[in-house]
Amino acid sequence: MNGPLKRASIACLLMFGLLMVNINYLQAVRADQLREDPRNNRNFYARYEVERGRITAGNEVLAESVEKPDSDFRFQRKYPHGPLYAHITGFFSPESESAIERSRDSLLDGSDPSLLVRRSIDLFTNKATKGANVDLTIVPKAQEAGYEALRRSGKRGAVVAIAPKTGAILTMVSVPTYDPNELSGTNKGDVFGRYAELDKNKNKPLINRVIDRTYPPGSTFKALTMAAYLEEDSSRGPSTMVEAPQLLDLPNTSADLPNYGGSACGAGRVTLQFALERSCNTPFGAMGMELGYDKMLEHAKKFGIGGEPLEIPMGVAGSGIGPKEDAAALAQASIGQRSNQMTPLQMAMIAAGIANDGKVMKPYLINKIADAEGGEVETAKPEELTTAISPETADKLQQMMVSVVNNGTATAARIPGVEVGGKTGTAETAEGQAPHAWFISFADVQDPEVAVAVLVESGSAGTDASGGHTAAPIAKAVMEAVLDR
Amino acid sequence: MAVTTSGSAVPMPAKRRGAQLAMLAFAVAIVMGAYASVGLAVDGRIPAGMLTYGLGLGGLVLAAYLVLAKFAPWADPLILPLVTLVNGIGLVMIYRIETGGSKLASASTQLLWTGVGIVMFSVTLIVLRDHRALQRMTYTAGFAGLLLLISPLIPGLGQTLNGARIWISLGFANLQPSEFAKLALVVFFAGYLVAKRDVLALAGRRLLFIDLPRARDLGPVLITWAVSLGVLVLQRDLGSSLLLFGTFIAMLYIATQRTSWVLIGILLFVGGAMLAGLLFDHVAARFEVYLNPEDPELFYKFGGSAQLMEGLFAMGTGGVLGTGLGQGHPQLIPLSFSDFIFAATGEELGLTGLMALLLVYALIVERGLRTSLAARDPFSKLLAGGLSFILAWQVFIIVGGVTNLIPLTGLVTPFMSQGGSALLANWILIALLVRMSDSARRPPPQAIQDEGMTQVFQR
Repeated sequence: MNGPLKRASIACLLMFGLLMVNINYLQAVRADQLREDPRNNRNFYARYEVERGRITAGNEVLAESVEKPDSDFRFQRKYPHGPLYAHITGFFSPESESAIERSRDSLLDGSDPSLLVRRSIDLFTNKATKGANVDLTIVPKAQEAGYEALRRSGKRGAVVAIAPKTGAILTMVSVPTYDPNELSGTNKGDVFGRYAELDKNKNKPLINRVIDRTYPPGSTFKALTMAAYLEEDSSRGPSTMVEAPQLLDLPNTSADLPNYGGSACGAGRVTLQFALERSCNTPFGAMGMELGYDKMLEHAKKFGIGGEPLEIPMGVAGSGIGPKEDAAALAQASIGQRSNQMTPLQMAMIAAGIANDGKVMKPYLINKIADAEGGEVETAKPEELTTAISPETADKLQQMMVSVVNNGTATAARIPGVEVGGKTGTAETAEGQAPHAWFISFADVQDPEVAVAVLVESGSAGTDASGGHTAAPIAKAVMEAVLDR
Repeated sequence: MAVTTSGSAVPMPAKRRGAQLAMLAFAVAIVMGAYASVGLAVDGRIPAGMLTYGLGLGGLVLAAYLVLAKFAPWADPLILPLVTLVNGIGLVMIYRIETGGSKLASASTQLLWTGVGIVMFSVTLIVLRDHRALQRMTYTAGFAGLLLLISPLIPGLGQTLNGARIWISLGFANLQPSEFAKLALVVFFAGYLVAKRDVLALAGRRLLFIDLPRARDLGPVLITWAVSLGVLVLQRDLGSSLLLFGTFIAMLYIATQRTSWVLIGILLFVGGAMLAGLLFDHVAARFEVYLNPEDPELFYKFGGSAQLMEGLFAMGTGGVLGTGLGQGHPQLIPLSFSDFIFAATGEELGLTGLMALLLVYALIVERGLRTSLAARDPFSKLLAGGLSFILAWQVFIIVGGVTNLIPLTGLVTPFMSQGGSALLANWILIALLVRMSDSARRPPPQAIQDEGMTQVFQR
């Protein structure tokens, strides 16, 4: 009987062999796929196992993980300031995360390869691994000032401030906003329900208006048109005279380009400075047509428009002056209309570039990342993105923009004892909707510490001054907060 | 017990009792370490009950060892320590699952049943001095096996749990008689096949390369087939059905050396299973789940693939090294303390732990098969072979099921799953193997009286 017994033994061996091969397949080959399957609730628990790093700005804690005793979940993510920093920190929901929480997820949860040494030390000293802490460039006082000022207007909009010399983002406000605490709970039903509600809201509170969408920049874009015009011929200056008719004839069309409200601009022939102060449309339309599409595009590119998509670290929507069309389209693009679409961040970069003697710095939000014991992981290194204009052009433009604030449409942005430069804007949108109010500015001219862009959706009441009326005071509040720190 | 071996050319097997004791101590130490590890991971403390559990298990296996040393001194030294290790790891896992919040898992009950199991092991060794006595009870065993198998169907006695009618209520406890039926039927198969093997081995017609058996000898195969299908249909117990029929076919092959029996058996079972699949939804559903466990529709269906997938998710998450004892999420796996204990173990001990566990099972089976090869009479060979095979086959069916190697059919993971009946029956199974290995390894006595060889088959 030993013959068949031996064969039966081989059969048993084969059965165990098959089981072993199969568990190797499951636990070594297919392990990652099974581990990451969305239906595997372990990922859900694991999200709350680690003490996630803090997100801070200045002396404020924007996001932290708090231990939750007697619960299935060890740590709960808390945002002490509620909606104030929502679009910056993002949220930490059961299955996803957004903004900084998303872009630095692996550092915050401690799984990043750059924390390997820290994790190894923790393993041997038997300490629970903690995530790295992320410190932002945001100035809490300025953020609060911008948020409060924009909220008081009762409109939707965006405020962004950057440090011209480094590119550090000092303020990033988008209204309406949401409370990230509501999206960071552990009850999937509650969180997903709330998310769907916010997502369906027609005011789109989940969108970060500073970087997620583009708007026609309106007259604020004239700063760029002016920069291009000055840069092309160094003999031009604030006092150079240009034609400023009541109506600019657009070639090959029956339409004409009027000034805002059809009004006249001076005596029909004005200085460049006057044209900018009054924000006349006709001279800028003419300037754009004189430069031509290719030149306009080239100068726009020098301010970072239409270049490599920016990551601050969140991705920034692409801005652009629109496709090459006829001269009429170009004239309209030159005053920030037609297909000209900019993010508020891009407009702030234009103001910052002018303030920083023509150098546009790459904008960034993360100041420093350090592991739980304070060891440095990542520190911001300011980087020049482009050189937009020469220092001479920048100097001329700065003077003209200061004049806009002192004598022109933006008197609401004046700060005593500080030289502020700015440009208002009113962007027409869809038929029957109030235009968007814009304002870009920088201060101080001699030592630029802050450049701001403010957008108030449908914030214009009807006159060109409304950019200065609605948006400029918000920018002023932010600039004061930054300069005063 | 000094044995003089003068004049024998064959080297005598050593008793190796010291080694056995050391291995037992090692097994208990591993189990206690695992207990401590669970406690440290769950609440940072060594669990208060660790000493009780450890000493309890240690005391029990020491008693078993002493009984073995006295009543089966030549027994294989590896079997008891290996079984102690698997049983102990099972206890730790159930303890761990209980601390994870499962209301159905109870480590203390399982420890109690382990105790009863070890007592049954000892009693079997003490009472059954010569396992060949079982051969005289061939038909009694067969009858008892059948009775146990159908007992859950008796109104008032049977209980339906989790959709399978495989339990009987004894008032104080629920018993799963199929576990004992399994033992009785292997004894019956061994006795019956030893008596009939010459007839069953007779060749009938030759088809291609295979000698078909004679048609009239198909009777017993068909009866077993019918009983197995009956279990499948009436008790909705796919696992036991597959277990019994497979074991019968394997033993038939060992007894007759006829490959044709294996082929006929496989054909019959596949045919029967396909028929059952056509007739009964639950059989077809299992097969559907086996083929497409990841299908979202099946996953979210009640009674669909969620249970299987949760087990696979657990194993995948465990990966190569596992999460560590006490650091997984066994509460996410349905039935983690019984059918799916292997998957729960895989999460916390990882591929490494499961490979070790399968090796331990394989070693137990190997020691059993070795006993079978060394046995001196056909009945012992067949019984030891059958018991070893049924153990391997059971591990294959349940582990293969939870790892989606074969369709999932509920069965107990021997010595690990929570449940008294299975523990008791399996400890008796081990006692039988130990008894037979004792007689196989014992130096031959001077006078040989071999009933097995002189028994005349009846027709």
